[in-house]
Amino acid sequence: MKGTQDHATLAEVFNRDEDRVDWHDGALWWIRQKRDRSANLTPQWEELREAASAIKSNVISNLHDYLLQFEENLKKNGVKVYWASDAEEHNQIIHKILSDKNINQMVKSKSMLTEECHLNEYLADRGIDVINSDLGEYIQQIDNEPPSHIVLPCIHKKKEEIGELFHEHLGTEKGLSDPTLLTRVARNHLRNVFMTRRAALTGVNFAVAETGEYVVCTNEGNADMGAHLCEVQIASMGLEKIIPERKHLGVFLRLLARSAIGQPITIYSSHFRKPRPGQEMHLILVDKGRS
Amino acid sequence: MSSRDSILAAVLKNQPPLTDLPDISGFKVPEEDVVEKYKNTFSGIGGLVYSAKNIEAIKNHIRENFDTEKRIVSTLPALSDVAEICSSSVEPQSFEDVELSIIEARLAVAENGAVWLTEEVMGHRIIPYISQHLAVVVYESRIVSTMHEAYAKIADEVYGFGGFIGGPSKTADIEQALVLGAHGPLSMTVYVIK
Repeated sequence: MKGTQDHATLAEVFNRDEDRVDWHDGALWWIRQKRDRSANLTPQWEELREAASAIKSNVISNLHDYLLQFEENLKKNGVKVYWASDAEEHNQIIHKILSDKNINQMVKSKSMLTEECHLNEYLADRGIDVINSDLGEYIQQIDNEPPSHIVLPCIHKKKEEIGELFHEHLGTEKGLSDPTLLTRVARNHLRNVFMTRRAALTGVNFAVAETGEYVVCTNEGNADMGAHLCEVQIASMGLEKIIPERKHLGVFLRLLARSAIGQPITIYSSHFRKPRPGQEMHLILVDKGRS
Repeated sequence: MSSRDSILAAVLKNQPPLTDLPDISGFKVPEEDVVEKYKNTFSGIGGLVYSAKNIEAIKNHIRENFDTEKRIVSTLPALSDVAEICSSSVEPQSFEDVELSIIEARLAVAENGAVWLTEEVMGHRIIPYISQHLAVVVYESRIVSTMHEAYAKIADEVYGFGGFIGGPSKTADIEQALVLGAHGPLSMTVYVIK
């Protein structure tokens, strides 16, 4: 993978092209301005942030008990729970879940934790193919690069470059650069992926100790397409994703998308509590330096 | 020691002194017309909103605005002459060809335009995500102002799966250009009924 070079080295190369740096700055400031506009339109914005911070402080100060409560509720809901100390253990757990079912293809929605654990490479080495379904991450994956931004994975790429990648990997005509047309191509291609994958993995935005449910937020709908079409649903989460009660989601969901991109809420905020009949649901709690 | 036990032991050992949870009952909203606010917010984020007098008006709107030759599904018995009433006991893949699904929201939130749906009203978990177009029926009395009020109502609800949906699926991953219709529906229509 190209991304084996470190950030400083890659940034130095990127910074040589001044026009491109200006263009990239413009993109980031545009997002930042949208965030500020959205924050200013929300009454009691700073109080909301303070409340979120106080909830997280409480979580850290009582994490042991919340984790036990969350685990107990997950089990009651029919979810299988795993604990992983490090990346290796996390990846092994997922590999075992898949190989026990003879599954060699999985679709994945955005998960920074699985990036941190280098899950895709681990599974690829063992003959399991993973497709990233978030559009930005999908583009990065076919270009063999890791995401450059947690919300906007391919913010550094120009549309013409994406058109070139689609030409090479998906057989689209040369020179295609219209964002809507490129998105439609990916939609059609990935729909076939969703329809045929027996396993789907999602990240976790919030995990509610009180109820054992976990919430996954996307704008594209890719987490839901994967999760509801598969027979084996897997979620990977860092220990810090716990929140105490369902009502606390009100605070965090008001803040999340406004802070990230200036939207009032992500299009999809999905609350997974129990597997659907005939489906398996697995959740992995990952430490990897968090405890 | 298992990973579980060693992680829990490390967490316990490193926990800072207990701090209290904040009181979140103080997030009030100004007096406002939540129905108007809802409509404005939802249309502002790329949703389509129509005020409908009754179910009959919704049927007419569907006939005029959607391709009724294609597959239309709903969980609302009152719509059975424009839609197939969907079954939850079939494989999710069988809904791949759904052009339009029509669902009744349990709640709608004025501050962000989102509707709250649980799997009971969806018919099948996949339906509102796999349909090419999504339509949701919202009764005015179910519109709340903020997410705090929404969760106050959802508080003890028991569901296997539930979700807020706040518009058509979208992405801006290619040069921040907003494109409606990423992996989920290309459009989302809300019918607001008195």
